[in-house]
Amino acid sequence: MTMPFYVSPEQFLQDKAEYAKKGISRGRSIAVLEVVEGILLVADNPSHALHKISEIYDRVAFAGVGKYSEFENLRKSGIRYADLKGFLYSREDVTGRSLANAYSELLGNSFSQEMKPMEVEIILADLGSGERSNEIYRISFDGSIFDESLVSVVGGRSEQLKAFLRERVRPGVTMSEGLGLVRAGFLAQNENGHSVENMEAALLERAGNGRCFRRLSSAEIAGFLSEGEGGGLAHGTSDLRS
Amino acid sequence: MSPMREGSLWWGGSSFVELLRHVRMSSGEPGILSGMGGGNSPVPSGGNSLEGIPVWHGTTVLALRTASGVIMAADRQASEGYQVADRAIHKIFPVDRGSAVAIAGAAGPAIEMARLFRVEIEHYEKLEGVSLSLLGKSNKLGQMVREHLPLAMQGLVVVPLYAGFDDRSGEGRIFKYDAVGGRYEEEEYHANGSGGLFARNVLKMSYRPGLAEEEGVQIALRALYEAADEDLGTGGPDFVRGIYPTVYSLTRSGVEGIPTDRVSRILREISDSLRRREKT
Repeated sequence: MTMPFYVSPEQFLQDKAEYAKKGISRGRSIAVLEVVEGILLVADNPSHALHKISEIYDRVAFAGVGKYSEFENLRKSGIRYADLKGFLYSREDVTGRSLANAYSELLGNSFSQEMKPMEVEIILADLGSGERSNEIYRISFDGSIFDESLVSVVGGRSEQLKAFLRERVRPGVTMSEGLGLVRAGFLAQNENGHSVENMEAALLERAGNGRCFRRLSSAEIAGFLSEGEGGGLAHGTSDLRS
Repeated sequence: MSPMREGSLWWGGSSFVELLRHVRMSSGEPGILSGMGGGNSPVPSGGNSLEGIPVWHGTTVLALRTASGVIMAADRQASEGYQVADRAIHKIFPVDRGSAVAIAGAAGPAIEMARLFRVEIEHYEKLEGVSLSLLGKSNKLGQMVREHLPLAMQGLVVVPLYAGFDDRSGEGRIFKYDAVGGRYEEEEYHANGSGGLFARNVLKMSYRPGLAEEEGVQIALRALYEAADEDLGTGGPDFVRGIYPTVYSLTRSGVEGIPTDRVSRILREISDSLRRREKT
């Protein structure tokens, strides 16, 4: 008679976590920045059709890295959750915090109960209004949730990009400056260079009314980048080359 | 309201109406979509069970095509029988960037339908990453009217008027509906509700293809003015309280409300011109 191998729960969870981390680090990075105009989300994404950044609700945006099918499912359930809540109660009652909690619960349960953990890491950005400040939540594959401000980064070699951006992003940075900094970060990450075409970007626009999510086209991104270069950004990029 | 983990949110479609039905059915809640759809109506079926229950009715809404898109306008009154229930309700609801729905009929279910329709369109756009075509949206609204049929048969008739700027054909389009969900595209203009007939008569006399926006607004307001003159249920311009009809302009650049001061100025001109005519 064969006995099943005993694996301690500790070991089991550690293996799962390692598996998930490996999957996530294979992906490319996404950075979320608080800028003057609102909240800027930028992804390193070679595809123009498959988005990593998307609208969840009036003032809430979603960014996900890892396995496409998994974060796409998470994105869709977030939209369903938000639209249901907004319809049954009121549009003001849909908050980033409750969505983040729901995501955390979903990912946490999946991590502890399923054989295969989800290989995803997501960011949920909630644009503040009036007195309420911005909220940025980073939610990990095991459901752990981090409340971040100014800069949040997931996927790829996120630590490196995060350190790069933390050093340079200051409160009061504009959107075009922010775009330039993230692009500089992407360039630093990739030895083979990085094309502007591979940048996906969106803004939760503070000036917006109702639905604040605005996707930036490649042309717009290129335009903002050249605008940013004229300003104080030259310093940042020259830093990088030295 | 199910939290995410209950599985219902993993359901794969892009329709919010279906999602709402799914969630409500799985939670065992009776009545779907405020009574729309099938046998689970909150109103007992059979007989005129709504007799004696006061229901608010929205009255006159209209839309007409102009050179740049569509003008939509509606009076502000809700009636309950022969009484005024509300002097300042809104009957036109912007749906998305390029379209709006105007609703006549039983006010409660009508407003609910407009709200649901808006979420439905937005939900699809967010999930799929592209918005539905204008024709697709108009068909969806037709289905929602049809699902409302059980309540319509008990007297809660809802008749929407849908219009928008069609990016693909580059022009404004108007869709009218009947109470059973029939959808008919209108080439020129249409008006609905208790004062609809009178408004249509004015539109018929004044309308011509390729109207400028300014003229379109004037004609729309004149039509509402005459409808209010003839129909008890339609509210006229209220110069005392400062309540004026809602007017929207739907063009390539989006759905835009015409400012109240412009509306009131045009209405004053209309009433002044009529006053002079009476004197002579």
